[in-house]
Amino acid sequence: MAEIILQNITKNFGSVPVIKDLSLNIKDGEFFTFVGPSGCGKSTLLNMISGLEHISAGRILFNGEEVNHLSPKERDIAMVFQSYALYPHMTVYNNIAFPLKMKKIETQSIDTEVRRVASLLGLEGLLKRKPKELSGGQKQRVALGRAIIRKPRVFLMDEPLSNLDARLRVEMRAELKKLHNELKITVIYVTHDQAEAMSLSDRIAVLYNGMIQQCGTPQDIYLKPDNIMVAGFIGSPSMNFIPASLNKRKPLEIECNGVIFSPLLKNMPENTSIIFGIRPEDVCISSEKSEGCMEVTVSLTESAGSFNWVDVMWKDVTVKGLSKLDKELKPGNTAFMKFAPDKVIVFDANLKKRL
Amino acid sequence: MKTGIQFLCAFLDSRFCGNDVFSIKPLNLGTTDPYKEQLLHKDSGVKFVLPALSVIGLVAVFPVFYVFYLSLHRKVLTFNISTFIGLDNYIYLLGDSRFWNALKNTAYFTGVSVALELILGLSIAVLLNRAFKGKGFMRAVVLIPWAVPTVVSAKMWEWIYNTDFGILNYILGTDINWLGSTFRAINAAIFMDVWKTTPFVTLLLIAGLQVIPKDLYSAANVDGAGSWCIFRRITLPLLMPVILIVLIFRTLDAFRVFDAVYILTGGGPANTTETLSIYAYKVLFQLLQFGYGSTLSVIVFLCVGLISVFYVRLLSRSIR
Amino acid sequence: MKKSGFYLMLTVIFMYCTGPFLWQVITSVKPSSELTKLPPVLPDVISLDHYISVFKGHPFGRIILNSMAVSLISTVLSLALGSLTAFGLAKLNIKGKALIFGFVLSISMFPPIATVSPLYLIIRELGLRDTWWALIITYTTFTLPMSIWILSSFFREVPDELYQAAKVDGCSPFQIFYKIFLPLAGPGIFATAILVFIFSWNEFLYALTFTSTIASRTIPVGIALFPGLHEMPWGDIAAASVIVTLPLIILVLVFQRRIIEGLTSGAVKG
Repeated sequence: MAEIILQNITKNFGSVPVIKDLSLNIKDGEFFTFVGPSGCGKSTLLNMISGLEHISAGRILFNGEEVNHLSPKERDIAMVFQSYALYPHMTVYNNIAFPLKMKKIETQSIDTEVRRVASLLGLEGLLKRKPKELSGGQKQRVALGRAIIRKPRVFLMDEPLSNLDARLRVEMRAELKKLHNELKITVIYVTHDQAEAMSLSDRIAVLYNGMIQQCGTPQDIYLKPDNIMVAGFIGSPSMNFIPASLNKRKPLEIECNGVIFSPLLKNMPENTSIIFGIRPEDVCISSEKSEGCMEVTVSLTESAGSFNWVDVMWKDVTVKGLSKLDKELKPGNTAFMKFAPDKVIVFDANLKKRL
Repeated sequence: MKTGIQFLCAFLDSRFCGNDVFSIKPLNLGTTDPYKEQLLHKDSGVKFVLPALSVIGLVAVFPVFYVFYLSLHRKVLTFNISTFIGLDNYIYLLGDSRFWNALKNTAYFTGVSVALELILGLSIAVLLNRAFKGKGFMRAVVLIPWAVPTVVSAKMWEWIYNTDFGILNYILGTDINWLGSTFRAINAAIFMDVWKTTPFVTLLLIAGLQVIPKDLYSAANVDGAGSWCIFRRITLPLLMPVILIVLIFRTLDAFRVFDAVYILTGGGPANTTETLSIYAYKVLFQLLQFGYGSTLSVIVFLCVGLISVFYVRLLSRSIR
Repeated sequence: MKKSGFYLMLTVIFMYCTGPFLWQVITSVKPSSELTKLPPVLPDVISLDHYISVFKGHPFGRIILNSMAVSLISTVLSLALGSLTAFGLAKLNIKGKALIFGFVLSISMFPPIATVSPLYLIIRELGLRDTWWALIITYTTFTLPMSIWILSSFFREVPDELYQAAKVDGCSPFQIFYKIFLPLAGPGIFATAILVFIFSWNEFLYALTFTSTIASRTIPVGIALFPGLHEMPWGDIAAASVIVTLPLIILVLVFQRRIIEGLTSGAVKG
């Protein structure tokens, strides 16, 4: 059990900064996720917390104690890897038992622990198998078992689900969540899959370019993205961004594709160029005209089963929206688009920040 | 130069681990996302490499310096004589006709045996690269000469070459003393060496042939190329890097030839078939002239060095 | 090419590759009286006299023992040192890795004649002449490049995550080496062992120089210096040759299966 504090962490590879002055508190027992695109520094960050990678500057504290100079072993952590990193020459039993053997714990209590963990993860029948005889999901469970058995202060998970197929990934997500609820150990999780991050985490930090762009609950980040990068990265399909411009400050008047909006803003825009962000799920496309709607041309429809995603041309801007199953919405046909003005998130186009 | 060395390294990997005599399937232990940030901190491995490197330093590198040192001395083991004489040994060497003869023999042996091995190896490789029943068996058979120790194969051929009771004279219906003249003796040694080392060449070339995409042959066939044309225009150019590497290995091996010729001819008749290694060995351990013997060793070492540099240059050019 | 022509060529290759050794086998089972019989064809009776005489008349058993001991100990040492180095080079942080690889590669190209005289003097000084150790030290050193090459490419195949996982699980680098990487490189170790063994088994120049009696004489020297009273004991030599070569041929034939596997799977790099 541990509360983890990162203070002004910096990491340079040669002269290239990978992590820039990053500070963060991770609460005890929290399921905390770093999410971001490839190369954003999230795995490096995790490796620094684990002790596999040195930090160039700053401090890492576990329960108030500085661990900068402790090896992974001394930090009392467990790690789950993307490729599972099971020892191919050992049976499932020995894989799970390995961390305890390295601690020189007596065989009898190792055996008890291995069986307890195996039953927790439903691996009882597989203990004598070698990793190559296991399915992806089973390997994943063994990797979890090897992490759990040490009763570490913190679990570090580096994209643990990305080698699984889509269906299994969703299943394992639920299992991870359940496991976290049972064990109540701090989890630090790294993924590039924002949906995974949203569904699993208590809190998320969106990492880009070695900096935390925003840190908060999944809800916060989804509803109130701090900047365009976060807004575009979180949510699937990705948010629509439509250029707009400021006409008047008082009363506030913003023109977007010829339509005038007067949204409530926290901060007054400094520049006249504005970007409107609207999530596709908040855009309603219909073949029937209704009040306050805009005329658009359908360019593409994708079926999502019970509804359709529709790409439309609103003048010269492509907007993705949602429609009921409607045969009239064929490419080239005229349709009508509508969205609630209060769902619009307004960004400053130059600063890329939310207003 | 640098790319040549890198290529050589890559090739050695494949030679030893991809499809060599003891081909082993590469381990498949799961995949890692190539876009993933790689861990850059690694534990220090100095302690791991130090033991082997110091052994190599002491037993392989130090003697090379020592042999240079010895070559500048007059050192006769039995009388415990050891005096510094500078480059006198090297000056003597220039006028030593037995040395020039040995150098000539070594060059002749190297040139002819490597050329024959390449031609023969290439023909067998092309032949065995076709699909036919018993392919595996034939490839195993080709390896047999490779497995026979050089000394054993030299003794074997000595018996085959035997003037009175040898099977070669019986088969040819002749009565020739095969090891009796310089010309016949050196060529007999070459023939034996070709027999012994062609499998190695064949094996590497088969590996090289396997890499050439089959589509290329089909495409050339569609374009109406005949089989000789395909060989000349497609197989040979694509095989060139492998051929060069085969040449490197074989040339260096042939140039330092000792046991094959030593057993078969003993350098005879009348020291005329001596190679550099044999001459050096005799000066060192029969005449016990450690100074001059070491000078001859240094010359072999320098020649091998020059040949390697030449080939590596050639290799880097052919890759470009 | 016509089918018959193709098979004719295969037959020629077959005869070319196996003929000389088969002839040696035939010679070895000919009674002494038939060795000098003309024409030299198949024997009327098969005799094992030469095989008996190799062990009765000569200390061939001792020579085989020397070769076995020298080759096995050299193999073990070369693998031990080589695998440590290979692991260090493949998975750990060392400055000038490329330089070390180039250095190791160049060692493998050293001509034996260039080092034999100083090594002889050193070995004589150390009092190791005519002992197993003279050969073991030399063979271990000169097979190290081969061991390092093969094993490092094997270790390189093992993902880094396995190293990290073991480190998180509490292993020191050395524990990671022998608990995780060494067992995983099993097939590579085995293949290397065979190559090193064959090299040591067949080596001639150093063995000729460093040994002087049957206390340490190895097979190649034993066969080269086969004692004969007036003329060469061709039958005995043939028998001895067959005894020391047959195990190698069997070894190679068994491993040939792996070659074909590797070739057909198309796993060719470079």
